[in-house]
Amino acid sequence: MIEEELRHPYDKFLRKDRIPHIWCEGCGNGIILNCFARALDELDMDLDKVAVVSGIGCIGRISGYTNTDSFHTTHGRPIAFATGVKLANPELTVAVISGDGDLFAIGGNHFIHAARRNLDIKVICANNFIYGMTGGQGGPTTPMETWTTTTPYGNIEQAFNLVHLAAACGAVYVARWTTLQTRWLTESIKKALQKEGFSFVEIISECPEIFGRYNKMDTALKMMKWFKEASVVQHFSEPAKAEITPNRIVVGEFVDIEKPSYGRLLKEMRTKASQKKTGE
Amino acid sequence: MTVATPVAEKQEIVRSGRRFTSGDIACAEGAIAAGCRFFAGYPITPATEIAEHMSRRLPEIDGVYIQMEDEIASMAAVIGASYAGVKAMTATSGPGFSLMQENIGLAVMTETPCVIVNVMRGGPSTGQPTMPGQQDVMQARWGSHGDYEIIALAPSSVQEMFDLTVDAFNLAETYRVPTFVLADEIVGHMWERVNIPEAESIRIVNRKKPRESPNPKFAPFKPDADLVPPMAVFGQGYHFHATGLTHDERGYPRTESVEAQTCLVQRLCNKIRKNKDKIVRVQEDMLEDAEVAVVAYGIAARAALSAVRKARAEGVKAGLLRLVTLWPFPDEQVGQVARRVKGMVVPEMNCGQIVREVERAAKETPVTFLSKLGEEPHKPEEILEAMRGTLK
Repeated sequence: MIEEELRHPYDKFLRKDRIPHIWCEGCGNGIILNCFARALDELDMDLDKVAVVSGIGCIGRISGYTNTDSFHTTHGRPIAFATGVKLANPELTVAVISGDGDLFAIGGNHFIHAARRNLDIKVICANNFIYGMTGGQGGPTTPMETWTTTTPYGNIEQAFNLVHLAAACGAVYVARWTTLQTRWLTESIKKALQKEGFSFVEIISECPEIFGRYNKMDTALKMMKWFKEASVVQHFSEPAKAEITPNRIVVGEFVDIEKPSYGRLLKEMRTKASQKKTGE
Repeated sequence: MTVATPVAEKQEIVRSGRRFTSGDIACAEGAIAAGCRFFAGYPITPATEIAEHMSRRLPEIDGVYIQMEDEIASMAAVIGASYAGVKAMTATSGPGFSLMQENIGLAVMTETPCVIVNVMRGGPSTGQPTMPGQQDVMQARWGSHGDYEIIALAPSSVQEMFDLTVDAFNLAETYRVPTFVLADEIVGHMWERVNIPEAESIRIVNRKKPRESPNPKFAPFKPDADLVPPMAVFGQGYHFHATGLTHDERGYPRTESVEAQTCLVQRLCNKIRKNKDKIVRVQEDMLEDAEVAVVAYGIAARAALSAVRKARAEGVKAGLLRLVTLWPFPDEQVGQVARRVKGMVVPEMNCGQIVREVERAAKETPVTFLSKLGEEPHKPEEILEAMRGTLK
């Protein structure tokens, strides 16, 4: 009876025997998992036809928690793996959920080419500005002049603007939210899941345990306050100007266009190929 | 090229009959005959013709050809396609093979049936792209980090590029292991007559499917008695998880368990080691009364056969042990021959790789190694000379 009352409405989206998860207290990954589950629920998606693919890192563990078919790849390769899954079985909705280091440092090449092909996959990036699993090193999204375990004098590298990158590479849907804007975020995940083609949702996620601690925001609450004070909603503003600075995090939907997906073009090509009269 | 009557070729999956074709094209046709419907790759000499042929053939038969951004991605996509239930392959040469090692390890760990063709050229690094080599045979065995066993086959002819590619898929599906076709530039680019059997006479093996319907207790990595787990694939309701981390039978990460690590890694090795008798194949020629044996594989085995015939013609009791399977290594077969002969000769297009395995298996029997690097394969006379030296 008590168990019945305590059941969470999204339990069916989780592998309950895998809970509790490994994430730190105050981590944004739980919010992301929740929003993803909410999106699946609100779209009433057939979980038999959803595949969740992740790479290596804190958020990479998410594929182990979702009650779908799932694969935890090598570091940086979830998009390349997902390419095989989606093309081999186009019936599946393939969601890649991974981190900024995984998708944009070691896996950057796969991201830009999958976006260029307009492969019909949904890429959700948890951007916490650092490599969390290995203890908080700087990475391709670490903002200038912030502190990490490998930028002890302040970061001197320019950070990627992921929204700009995704738009430039040809993504048909691009949005950015922080873990504070859960309703907008859920709506964007829903849009991405429904849209045909390469869809990208960047989620600025709090890591109070490391990034926060190194940058004077050592609790989830302090990081959320930063997200609240700095977030500026600018729908369909110029992706190149979607900056992330201590004072300003530009969020919103940036791209929502129609373009035939790779899968659609492949199907058309096969029809042509199977009708031709010769192998030459 | 494979020209037949145009109408007859329409929708023909297996292009049966006698054909004059190249090793690379025969390999692609073998893959299609074996049921391969997914190819991901990246252009590289001397394996590019496999990709080109697949790019034309696969769309005709509802398959997928995709040129990925590199070989790392190609290998990852192959694993993805296999997990979505489609037989998948890639083809490359040395530099690409190096990039694939990361995800070959993932395929080993997640027990993904898939075929990787390496048309070997001269290395190290960019080396000699248009020249033959056999320099990657140890990389095939040990290239990815960690402990594992794989299967590698070495074709010596265009016919074998077809036949062994079919076998490679069958072995990959049987043992849920990445399987290599280790060809070389000469075998890949050479044109010869090939006999492609009728579709119904080609033996095709498909992976075991789970016997149970989807249920919350389903354990996707629980092995049968042969140590190979039946394979669930995405989209069938099993909701299973696979990871490159050490995992239990449920597929769940067990990163701190000595027991899980021991159990998994030993099984990954043992499913090949304990089925070795069923996997390993060699071809024996004139070995019955031989006093000297050549042990060779791939292109070097052709000159070796010629050398053995020449030796016989001049009264030298010579024989050939051709290794069709390189990995797992045919220890027993080599050992048995070694006990009967006075010496062995191993010609390889490298600085000495398989010869180490031969020496290990041959124990006391002396082994002469013949290295060859660059454009030309071994000459039969060179091998013959080494045989004469062995018997002196």
